[in-house]
Amino acid sequence: MPAVPLSTIAHGRSGDKGNHANVAVIAYTDTGFAWLRDHLTAAAVAEYFAPLGPSRVERFEAANVRGLNFVLYGALAGGASRSLRTDTQGKTLAVALLRMPVDVPDDLVSR
Amino acid sequence: MRNRPPGALESAAGPGYHQRREAGVKTVRIGNGCGFWGDNLDAPVRLAQAGRLDYLTLEYLAELTMSILAVQKAKDPAAGFATDFLDVLARLKPILIDKPGLKVVTNAGGMNPAGCAAKAAGVLAGTGRRVAAVSGDDLFPRLDELLAAGHPLDHLDTGVPLAAIRDRVVSANAYLGAEPIVRALKLGADVVVTGRVADASLTVGPAAYEFDWAFDDAHRDRLAAGTVAGHLIECGAQVTGGLWVNADDSTRLGEVGYPIAEVAADGSFTITKPDGTGGAVNEETVAEQLLYEVADPARYYTPDVVADFTTVRLRQTERDVVAVTGGTSAGVTDSYKVSIAYRAGYTAAGTLVIAGPGAAEKARRSGTIILEKIRQAGITFEAANVEALGAGDCVPGVVTATADPPEVVLRVAVRDPRKAAVERFTKEFAPLVTSGFAGTTGYTTGRPPVREVFAYWPALIAKSAVTPVVEVV
Repeated sequence: MPAVPLSTIAHGRSGDKGNHANVAVIAYTDTGFAWLRDHLTAAAVAEYFAPLGPSRVERFEAANVRGLNFVLYGALAGGASRSLRTDTQGKTLAVALLRMPVDVPDDLVSR
Repeated sequence: MRNRPPGALESAAGPGYHQRREAGVKTVRIGNGCGFWGDNLDAPVRLAQAGRLDYLTLEYLAELTMSILAVQKAKDPAAGFATDFLDVLARLKPILIDKPGLKVVTNAGGMNPAGCAAKAAGVLAGTGRRVAAVSGDDLFPRLDELLAAGHPLDHLDTGVPLAAIRDRVVSANAYLGAEPIVRALKLGADVVVTGRVADASLTVGPAAYEFDWAFDDAHRDRLAAGTVAGHLIECGAQVTGGLWVNADDSTRLGEVGYPIAEVAADGSFTITKPDGTGGAVNEETVAEQLLYEVADPARYYTPDVVADFTTVRLRQTERDVVAVTGGTSAGVTDSYKVSIAYRAGYTAAGTLVIAGPGAAEKARRSGTIILEKIRQAGITFEAANVEALGAGDCVPGVVTATADPPEVVLRVAVRDPRKAAVERFTKEFAPLVTSGFAGTTGYTTGRPPVREVFAYWPALIAKSAVTPVVEVV
């Protein structure tokens, strides 16, 4: 099975908390959420966003909305006021993560 | 829940208390017409006209807005609040006359709630509407007294004591909760103007007032549910289709409706928007906003309650209506969060457009040239950043261009304690129009402005050290 973008099975949203970013990933289906839980680990997300230099990545669960919430500590180069990036508040991190290529079972893709 | 008999809105039970019953269940409709200072100026008016609201909330204060307002107030003691609010209020005036039950709760007061409230009362002169100001959040005048009394105001993340930047602080505000808003409403206020309060508390206040939720353990779950409602609508259109990953042309974001939370006494509520507006309210838009700017969803800290978002249940009941139940208390803290801003140098960012083969690399090289020219002038910045926008640099190193884009935007930004050095930087963009690579253009807006940087210092303070004050104008 070829890799598909994470957006095939999930949507999401991201934002800032000072110099930390949060990236929420929300599965479209229960089976999709079960897959996310097993495979979209804090370590995987930390590796994906490593170029942004987060000091660590923590994962929280919101199973009630089939959601995983990742907090990327220190990933915003100083945060809303000090960061020199265009995206000072991490608004684009969710759509960036949803591009992540993932190897999911075929039945998840053809939902 | 949505189809009420005409005129129901006007059947107020008494002054300052707007009651409506349908199928024996009283609900309160709270709409948020402004998600931040800079949000659409027509949205509050449209929402007040079409939303069949009991309360209109307007949220103006981002984390660093207070520092800008503090600087304005330092120059002019009558300034320091969100001036847009007075224009909005003037446009709301005929609607407020037409709908006597409609009340407004806003944090537009910023650094000067009393000044803002007095001006608001002037705008509403002749209507009989009462305006109240909520203050007590401003800790800046008390900063040294608080430090001396043993409130260290350590940085919440790093633990560094405030003393490290004390001499550069321009503002320090505690995030107050819903309790003073309830007090203002009990005093008969129709318009409540606050300084810094937690965004969700702008919604919790009206709900707590209407349903007599006390700020005690018996009502903590309801305060948590109200906090969920406030959190969902505080960013305006972000819950009604704005930023929704699956929005497309059919979502009609150009006509997006702003959100309404219709809250019941037990804290359950629906999220919706005015009929006929663009946007969308569905389980996806609500779930995305539920987790927006959240760390641990089981512990969302506010002055009113620590809310557990993981007990929330979402159910779409009809088009553009999502029923929200659950949302429980995970306790309460004995501290307020404090938002402190301090001077941290100067910054500027300028752009050029670079077109042609290899545009991304030429843009990055052009950025390096700008910084090199300034280095030749003897200046090295505290921090500098070069981006080739269009080639993946918005999320640098994570998203990469899969093709050679025909043109990219070069953006160079610097930060430094020396204002003159940053000003010098702003003069190095124009020369590249003649001395840079072929395909360089886009220098149409002139030299980029230099602005002061205010850095953010989050801290906590014991609730016992802060006294919220309510005054009717």
